[in-house]
Amino acid sequence: MIRVDGLSYRIGEQHILSDISLDLPRGGISALVGPNGAGKSTLLSLIARLIPIQTGRITVDDLVVGQCASDILARKLAILPQSDDIAPRLTVRELIGFGRFPHHKGRPGVDDRRKVDAAIEAFDLEPLQHRPLDTLSGGQRQRSLIAMAFAQDTDYLLLDEPLNNLDIAASRSLMARLRDLAEVNNRSIVVVLHDLNFACGYADFLVALTAGRIGAMGPPSTVVTSQMVAKVFGTKAPVIRVGDRPLVQV
Amino acid sequence: MRQETGTEGSDRIRVARTRALRIGLPLLALVSVLSLFIGVIDLGPRDLIQDPEALRLIALSRWPRTAAALITGASLAVAGTLMQMLVRNRFVEPMTAGTGQGAALGILAVTFLLPTAPLFAKMAVASATALVSSLVFLAIVRRLPPTQPLLIPLVGLVYGGVLGAVVTFIAYQVDLLQYVGVWMSGEFSGVLRGRYELLWIAALVAGLAYLAADQFAIVGMGRTVSVNLGLNYGQVVLIGLVAISVVTALTVVTIGMIPFVGLVVPNIVARLWGDNLRLTLPVTALMGAGLVLVSDMLGRILRAPYEIPVGTVFGIVGAALFLWLLYRAPRHG
Repeated sequence: MIRVDGLSYRIGEQHILSDISLDLPRGGISALVGPNGAGKSTLLSLIARLIPIQTGRITVDDLVVGQCASDILARKLAILPQSDDIAPRLTVRELIGFGRFPHHKGRPGVDDRRKVDAAIEAFDLEPLQHRPLDTLSGGQRQRSLIAMAFAQDTDYLLLDEPLNNLDIAASRSLMARLRDLAEVNNRSIVVVLHDLNFACGYADFLVALTAGRIGAMGPPSTVVTSQMVAKVFGTKAPVIRVGDRPLVQV
Repeated sequence: MRQETGTEGSDRIRVARTRALRIGLPLLALVSVLSLFIGVIDLGPRDLIQDPEALRLIALSRWPRTAAALITGASLAVAGTLMQMLVRNRFVEPMTAGTGQGAALGILAVTFLLPTAPLFAKMAVASATALVSSLVFLAIVRRLPPTQPLLIPLVGLVYGGVLGAVVTFIAYQVDLLQYVGVWMSGEFSGVLRGRYELLWIAALVAGLAYLAADQFAIVGMGRTVSVNLGLNYGQVVLIGLVAISVVTALTVVTIGMIPFVGLVVPNIVARLWGDNLRLTLPVTALMGAGLVLVSDMLGRILRAPYEIPVGTVFGIVGAALFLWLLYRAPRHG
């Protein structure tokens, strides 16, 4: 479980997050949603120790973020980097191999090789494994990066808007893979999503942030209502139900 | 396509790299031996048996010069790679972005203030000032907008130029200009036994950097990836800068500045074999050593008995190679 307790963050006079406390459950997919500038990415970056905590406390299982050694946390939690941020002149296999670094520290062994093979297989990357990243499509690159995080073999996997720049087919197949990771591989996934409907369709737990505060929290089926959409996103959109899942009409 | 899909041992880059080393190493050894027999004094292989003076000439001058060229080329190419990883830009290298000029500033200060200081102390001061000027460069670069990658090498050139001007101005004021000329333009003609041995430290530092090849490759992917993989980002950057500064300072003090080696060689290697430093750094060192040695040999031959400085020859050889690489037809597959 990721526990956030009394977390505030500000840049200068601007409050990005104000006194946030929440528990993200172990297992399943948790989605962070909210309008632009609500603090979703900041919250994710704070959990992943990408930026230092100012006030409050975050724990990942028994590890205190900011106090425990960074390389120990790297074996517990992985965050997916923005894909255009990565050196293009690595092959897919090399990139995924770097995901094993927290475990082998520069000396990969048989087990690391096996884990890389498993990641390549799990994400259907065999035909691409020796291709440089800059020859891949956006969806293929995103898949390679998630495979790298998968090879890191952590209980928690954090993703910051992974559906950016993906078309609907690539988006759906990526979310389906995340569901697989949660259900088959028992990983806990925390994902920042722009599109509320993807959160409704795939997440088990939903946190809606608005202006640095929690607007709503819980399973999508109970949380997502037209009142919530009005309160959090500031727009009047009808919410209908398809099966047991809510669907926001746009 | 078919051969790329095979799994067992078909890693194309690994194979290509092994082949490059297998061809390159004997070639480098051959060129090194040839280098021993090129110079003002005629010397053939047969003289080694007949003339006792011949061995002395090799031990005193020809081998030191050859070794100096090999070490300089290899370590500058490695230093250039490291700098490009730390700055995350392919168009920077220590000799043009202030590190070399910082080293010259340091050695100038020692020469003027403490002319009797031992060589090793001068080296230490030059390394320290090189490190400080690299840190300043990095601090400047971090403030540049990431959407303008070409600003980084431009700012580097301006920064290096300003530092170089400061060095020249001070040297002019204190009447040490002739020294500055020696530091600012590298050449191997002055290399003799007893005058180049500090360079072995540069070789050692480049070798040690290889131990952290994975860390430098990860830093090259950015801060987010580094932190995610549990790396102490600031520490790795600092270690890299120290390695770059030591290599640069040692080169400036013993040989003088040789620009472009740290720029051209890493770019050629990255284009052909990618950025996985664990695999590519040995090839980078090999290519740097070979190109600098060949440039020095050409400089000795072309206008014999006069010499053309190695930097001039390398500028032409390196640029020609790089252009060929940019414009040649793309490979199949």
